[in-house]
Amino acid sequence: MALLDLDPEVVATARELAARAAEPVVAIAKAHTTVAVERATLRLAGITGADSTHRAGDVPWVNRVVDTVREHCGLEHGVALPVFHALEEHNLATLTELAEATAAGQVRYRLPEGRDRARARKAATTAVTKGIRTVDRNRARRDRLVAKLGDPPQRPWIYLIVATGDIDEDVVQARNAARAGADVIAVIRSTGQSLLDYVPEGATHHGFAGTYATQENFRIMRAALDDVSKEVGRYVRLTNYASGLCMPEIAVLAGLQRLDMMLNDSMYGILFRDINPIRTFVDQRFSRQVHARAGIVINTGEDNYLTTADAVDAAHTVTVSQLLNEHFAHEAGLPDHLLGLGHAFEINPKVPESFRLELAHALLARELFPDAPLKWMPPTKHMTGDVFNGYLLDGFFNLAGVLTGQSILLVGMMTEAVVTPFLSDRDLALANVRYVLGAAGGLSEDFRPAPDGLIVKRAHQVLGEAVDLLARIVDDGLLDAIADGTFGLMKRPADGGKGADGVVEKADGYLNPASELLETAPRETAPQEEAR
Amino acid sequence: MKRHVRPYGDTTGDGMVQTSFTLPVPAGPHADGAARQLANKMGIDPAMVVHSHPIGDDFTFFVVYGSVRHIVDLDDVRVVEREYPLLSPAEVNTTLKKLLRRKLVVVGGCIGTDAHTVGIDAILNIKGFAGEKGLEYYRELKVVNLGAQVSVPELVRRARAEKADAVLVSQVVTQRDAHIHNTREMSAAFREAMGERRPLLIAGGPRFDPLMAGELGVDRVFGRSTTPGEVASYLVHAVQTRKEESA
Repeated sequence: MALLDLDPEVVATARELAARAAEPVVAIAKAHTTVAVERATLRLAGITGADSTHRAGDVPWVNRVVDTVREHCGLEHGVALPVFHALEEHNLATLTELAEATAAGQVRYRLPEGRDRARARKAATTAVTKGIRTVDRNRARRDRLVAKLGDPPQRPWIYLIVATGDIDEDVVQARNAARAGADVIAVIRSTGQSLLDYVPEGATHHGFAGTYATQENFRIMRAALDDVSKEVGRYVRLTNYASGLCMPEIAVLAGLQRLDMMLNDSMYGILFRDINPIRTFVDQRFSRQVHARAGIVINTGEDNYLTTADAVDAAHTVTVSQLLNEHFAHEAGLPDHLLGLGHAFEINPKVPESFRLELAHALLARELFPDAPLKWMPPTKHMTGDVFNGYLLDGFFNLAGVLTGQSILLVGMMTEAVVTPFLSDRDLALANVRYVLGAAGGLSEDFRPAPDGLIVKRAHQVLGEAVDLLARIVDDGLLDAIADGTFGLMKRPADGGKGADGVVEKADGYLNPASELLETAPRETAPQEEAR
Repeated sequence: MKRHVRPYGDTTGDGMVQTSFTLPVPAGPHADGAARQLANKMGIDPAMVVHSHPIGDDFTFFVVYGSVRHIVDLDDVRVVEREYPLLSPAEVNTTLKKLLRRKLVVVGGCIGTDAHTVGIDAILNIKGFAGEKGLEYYRELKVVNLGAQVSVPELVRRARAEKADAVLVSQVVTQRDAHIHNTREMSAAFREAMGERRPLLIAGGPRFDPLMAGELGVDRVFGRSTTPGEVASYLVHAVQTRKEESA
């Protein structure tokens, strides 16, 4: 039910402007490939494992192969043709064998032509199709499990983070969290993984303030949650991070291991990790195509803007980013019900009427994106170490989430910015959520902000400012807007940042069977679940 | 101020404190007894377990109130005095603006074969560490992050080209004392190339001892769990001191 009386024409203008702002960037994304997209393609084609003999530590085979192909014949035609041509030429059975031969210096990659090209293309398509079938099977399996075990009985879904650095400890914590009421478990990654240009291999036990995202860690955690899902009688979802320099590869691994949600923002890496903008937009598009195919809910990162910029002054940049994220996601084939657009409760509690302003912003997001499973994120910036005050603030955050119909609620910890949460901190945090849900779960039914009151006016104002900013972005170009520090105060020029050397302009004969299969994927229409 | 004090609940000298903790014991009278015993050993006597509840099957959470018998002797309080105050990002920005009337330039990277940028990124990236934003967030700091495996000559070259006020190097790998050798090599190179006009040299990493600065030839060493705010506050302090000395 619409409470803000937003002008449909203004909303339509906002979406139209977002589409126009995104258009040149989408064109750039289509015209380029990256080392990470090529590696993701080979991962879909079945390559696994790492070269453990290298003196610098394990190097994933896929990095070995893609780097060598690039050295021998460039990546502008894609990695699929040279790789599958070499596979046949050397009469090898698997990509891993090819990788071993590559490391031994026995393979000379070249671009096949004529009948060789047709044959390599066919072989590559067959291999990638197999990977995509696995992704499809995982999606079907999730649907079956949800049908059998059920979704959480309430909205918002309760989203809880575990992060020990050791996947085995994470499993213990995740199981306990699910038993205590968590519907979604997110395993935070090790600090700095986003800047690694490879995905580590195997089960890992030594992360820095988080656990490495690896295919094996994904498998271990999903299996553990499948067990506990049966025990608690609802399907417990698993979240990780498709961000950083390996965004497309991690998206593929998520699809292969049936992860359910992935953090995947269109601009976060650019702004907060200083990753090259073109690299990010190319990687993002491919990763979102994978997520669409896998039925994975993406979580966008608008909360981050508010941790650097002021949450009142910069409220409209959140709306702008949500609209851009929505457009990029739709363009990549993600339907509304897979769009976990983010926003956060980050207004300084000392600002007069801060709670009403929070309600205005939260309600605006809700009404702009009625079918998206919005992700509502707790206060971090104004958590001071006074855990008692923090507990109160988290209570208000929970209330705002319930009152404005948010879909996924990231549980706030009173120990934010103090220590990693104790067992008891998490228990108290969940008690806070349960109390608010129990006491006020249906309050939105009675909640009617006055038509000319502060909440409604503020929402209109933020939307107006968002439209103005989008118009400026259309005029300046999105890449220039990012370079000028429009979002989160960070200035990021299009030719700067990490991973820029991994971007390659596609040549005319570029071939990527994964992109072809994903582009032509049947787009679904009917949402499977109610967002609210 | 009196020399000897006790915690204040609602009456002078009552010694009242409140604490909470979890024991790996199933909930019940036995668990409450265990909590009382721990509180007694902590010096809380009498201890009142005012609340307990189970967390799962194997743990119990307690809230305890009670009077501690300990007495604080204020004359015995020794605090490690940081020689500089911790500043907020806004304070860092305004002080630097006044001091330099330009941005302070920070060049950072991991030197040698060290590819672990975790440390330098935690300090420099806007994402930051421990709830604090990294140095990139500070308006009056210009940050150049050279990333991993920067050679010492390259670091010196970039520091000169950028007219760096400060150079931050991070060292995580410590095999065969690589972090010590690398840092010494770095400081020697700066001394040789630039003499007195060298930038501030700062080394950081989990295995560094902050007392080693002189030995390593750098101005400051930061150890484990240093936050960006501490580094920024130090930069302000060091620039201020240098300016005063040259004035």
